[in-house]
Amino acid sequence: MTDRTAAWQPSALELDRRLHRRRASRRSVLIALVSTVAFAAIAGWLVVTSPNWEAVRQTFFNVEIAAESFPRILEGLWLNIRVLFFATIVVAIVGTLLAVMRSLRGPVFFPVRALATGYTDLFRGLPVLIVLYLVGFGIPGLNPEVRIPVAVLGTIAISLCYSAYVAEVLRAGMEAVHPSQRVAARSLGLSHAKTLRLVVIPQALRKVVPALMNDFVSMQKDVGLISVLGAVDAIRQAQIVQATTYNFTPYVVAGLLFVALSFPMIRLTDHVSARMATREQTGGTV
Amino acid sequence: MTAAHPSAAHATVLELQGVHKLFGDNHVLRGVDLEIASHEVVVVIGASGSGKSTLMRTINLIERFDDGRILLSGDDITDPAVDVDKVRARIGVVFQHFNLFPHMRVIDNVTLAARKVHGIAPDVARDRAIGLLETFGLGDKVRDYPDRLSGGQQQRVAIVRAIMTDPELLLLDEITSALDPMLVGEVLDLVRDLKNQGSTILMATHEMSFARSVADRIVFMHGGRPLETGTPEQIFDAPREPETREFLARITHR
Repeated sequence: MTDRTAAWQPSALELDRRLHRRRASRRSVLIALVSTVAFAAIAGWLVVTSPNWEAVRQTFFNVEIAAESFPRILEGLWLNIRVLFFATIVVAIVGTLLAVMRSLRGPVFFPVRALATGYTDLFRGLPVLIVLYLVGFGIPGLNPEVRIPVAVLGTIAISLCYSAYVAEVLRAGMEAVHPSQRVAARSLGLSHAKTLRLVVIPQALRKVVPALMNDFVSMQKDVGLISVLGAVDAIRQAQIVQATTYNFTPYVVAGLLFVALSFPMIRLTDHVSARMATREQTGGTV
Repeated sequence: MTAAHPSAAHATVLELQGVHKLFGDNHVLRGVDLEIASHEVVVVIGASGSGKSTLMRTINLIERFDDGRILLSGDDITDPAVDVDKVRARIGVVFQHFNLFPHMRVIDNVTLAARKVHGIAPDVARDRAIGLLETFGLGDKVRDYPDRLSGGQQQRVAIVRAIMTDPELLLLDEITSALDPMLVGEVLDLVRDLKNQGSTILMATHEMSFARSVADRIVFMHGGRPLETGTPEQIFDAPREPETREFLARITHR
């Protein structure tokens, strides 16, 4: 009887409630399972029984061509991963700079603020494909003597676009940090820059982690667009195989590889968001 | 009231001369004159909206004001050429809502200004911080994040953060108003310790019994200026102004 929790036994009332909850959740799982299976079966049946299914299957889901093209596409994907790596670094730096520029106050900083605002407005509005064309064919056109690898141009174009998105997300996060935090920091004698770096940005980042991760997932697939410049990435490799075999299976393979690439990040984003949500609901304790 | 006399500058920590502050048409401070001597504890009382908080924020240069002068140990801190960060580093502030940095551990909250503003070596700052935290019964909270602490503990950490770099003046702005009545005592005890150690304090509060026991001087703010100033005995036992009497009657018979 020394352990007080051991002495406690749930009452009949509580046991009854638990039984009821268990029954209700079992019923919900069953309904969800049956409806999902039924939906998948109907969708599958509709596709498979359509008159031209056999031809489509041959063109898009050809196992031999998939196996044959897989190594080349995987090799192409390596280029996408490298582009993604460098673009992420550039976006992190440029996005932060833009967010800070937009958050500067006072009339002195009007030109800087206007520049950052103009940039984010422009590059959030421009389709990525058009930026790719402008950078990919425009910059080399300036000086034909210098040859810049297309993958580098693609990285620049992707970074230009995503910096604008990330800057806006970061700015929203910085504005969500309560003004009293700035007041406290400035009262200690911290300069504006140190207040941003040590107090505002660390808290802002925490608030926008899910949104940033979402942008990263989006960028993961958009690096595939560099193929339009002729960079030999996963999609370009798929296109090369497609051009010789007249079979679209390589595109499906490339698509699945992109999904596989983004899958861990998507799950991680869900996990982080869910964890943050529960933390907020339980009143702030970790 | 009178012109600044430089010979007495070392003894006067803070001097306000005709300070005005307007929020749009709202004239919040209407010519505040106030002097605080070294080691003096001055408690500002007054109804909400009488300008207590604005006065605090103005002294710390967080709020830009509209007229007058403020001298800190004889230096005119309202000179436009003055580096406001340097001025703020000389004044310790504690807020009603603590305003600890939630992403930093207690130790990092407390040592931040020492490391990043005063250029004190991290291990030196750390030793001093741990010493102070232990003195004020927070020795076991050094590694905790603020959200794991009670309100009273958070406010005590905030006070340690403010005194960490030996400020010339401490501004305490209704530091117990957001606390559970059970936790008010532990924070006020800390303030009493600071007084005994010789800190110069300007404090706004609604804790009248504490004001009576700790203050060297009470300033009653009314209509944006100090209406009546005196020792606790003068103000609480024999207030001259009818407004002071009315305020004290209301607040003590709540």
